[in-house]
Amino acid sequence: MSNVQIMTGNQAAAIGAKLSNVQVVAAYPITPQSQLAEIISQYIEGGELKAEYVRVEGEHSALTVCISASTVGARVFTATSANGLLYMHEQLHWAAGSRLPIVMCCVNRGVGAPWTIFNDQQDSISQRDTGWIQIYCRNNQEILDTIIQAYRIAEEVYAPVMVCYDGFVLSHTMMPVDIPDPEKARDFLPPYQAHTILSPEDPRTLNPVLFPNRRANSAGVLCDGYMEMRYKLQAALERSPAVIEETSRRFAEVFGRDHGGLSWGYRREDAELVMTGMGSVASEAMQAADILREEGIKAGVVGIRVFRPFPAKHLKEAFRGVKGIVIFEKGISYGYEGALCSDLKAAFYGSEHQVPVHSYIAGLGGRDVKARELADAARASWQEMQSGIAEKPTTWLNCYTG
Amino acid sequence: MYEIIWHGRGGQGVVVAAQMLAEAAYLQEFKGVTSAPTFGPERRGAPLTASTRIAQEPIRIFSQIEEADIAVVLDESLFKVADIFSRLRKGGLLIINTQAHLEKWKERGEYRIAVVDAAGIALKHHLSMEGAPIVNTPMLGAFARASGLVSLENIEKALSHKLTKEQAARNFTTVKAAYEETTVREKKD
Repeated sequence: MSNVQIMTGNQAAAIGAKLSNVQVVAAYPITPQSQLAEIISQYIEGGELKAEYVRVEGEHSALTVCISASTVGARVFTATSANGLLYMHEQLHWAAGSRLPIVMCCVNRGVGAPWTIFNDQQDSISQRDTGWIQIYCRNNQEILDTIIQAYRIAEEVYAPVMVCYDGFVLSHTMMPVDIPDPEKARDFLPPYQAHTILSPEDPRTLNPVLFPNRRANSAGVLCDGYMEMRYKLQAALERSPAVIEETSRRFAEVFGRDHGGLSWGYRREDAELVMTGMGSVASEAMQAADILREEGIKAGVVGIRVFRPFPAKHLKEAFRGVKGIVIFEKGISYGYEGALCSDLKAAFYGSEHQVPVHSYIAGLGGRDVKARELADAARASWQEMQSGIAEKPTTWLNCYTG
Repeated sequence: MYEIIWHGRGGQGVVVAAQMLAEAAYLQEFKGVTSAPTFGPERRGAPLTASTRIAQEPIRIFSQIEEADIAVVLDESLFKVADIFSRLRKGGLLIINTQAHLEKWKERGEYRIAVVDAAGIALKHHLSMEGAPIVNTPMLGAFARASGLVSLENIEKALSHKLTKEQAARNFTTVKAAYEETTVREKKD
């Protein structure tokens, strides 16, 4: 029995958190995330969700509350956008370094200055190196389902997960979402069993200052130094693609919906020209592929769900045999190029499959990106690639760069 | 796919109308429906739009509508301040809340045009908020009549999802009245 309701991305996210039976929520409202925080606080106030909502004075504290509650064994949730995420930056590192299975929604919004409340992905892209797993969603169903999946992933690999979705474009757009049965969700995601719980009965010193080398503790046991602990975080993230794929597979078995583990494809099988990106722009690219197919260009899409850990090995397979790649990104590593573009090109380094990659920066600060425009850009690139232009400077789509 | 733009002023309920239409269309067994407000801040009284997409298959595009198939105008004064025709495809359907007769749009033969006095209907049925007639729900009735895309029954169900039983019943009275009173002029070839 399906239970489909028409809802916004923020509503879908709130239901995802509720079905994950989160126990502590701390979030500070910021556009376009606000509705998500409001709905969850209503669930808690109305008794629909047995959790504690901790009100805080800002995002740094919101994540600090989550870190503390997670340390004492609670399943925790928070959400933010843009400058709120940047304000959390220090604690993002702390949450990952502490190996806490926190799940957070980043409702993607451009960052100031100049101020914008509208969508791009610069906020989460610029938190790439904090040790969080990042998953990008392409519609509201995927948002709900991914939050439930995210807890399973986080609690298995002991790393925090950021579930990213485009502000306004998804957060404020209503569409049909099938709400999973709560009991099935509970079976899929059993209550959180922490491997270590800080409690008065079992006092511990967590995260003390470490010296450069390994050192024996007071009991004479040789303990990890800073580098060993950091290596373990990296090793956990390197291990996580398999967990993400397995979780996605298992979710599909139980709920009948497969959003793709690390990536998804559209008309990919015989595609020569493949468009790629993360989130709603990749969804829009499906229509662009249809437009190009009608013109006789064998176009397809690979949507990248997981940006960190970067699934280089998997993506080399996903792009196997393609003759051209066109990337659309809603963010940039200032002074170089789109972060996804760099990573994807690096994935092909040293392999026999050398494929032209053209990169487009699109939709910054909410500038609309239409399927027709994606098709135009991809067509132009395809013509250039066929005339031998494998590389060209990054193009800013729909931007007056005079 | 049908693309619909709702034109109104902040406070008239264009966003809710766009949502209700999406709900009703889903009940009508369109698998793909989306509704979206104009992204960004909204102000009471200021011109704004909301949109609904309706399709047989799940919708994959979330960009803004360029040229709608159907435009619904909740406030006739908007013709003076917003370029409503530039965002409606030639041959598209224009549905207007107005006291005026269809004759007023005789110069616009390239469009199919429907008119209804939604404000008059709302006042007659004492459906108002803060002294202003509620026009978004009667315009759903006009939409059903002029487009044929959704049934009155499914609009009633969509209303009952959002409103109390009493509110839904009162709103539905105006939906039905608007459905009856809507007049349509076909486009001229």
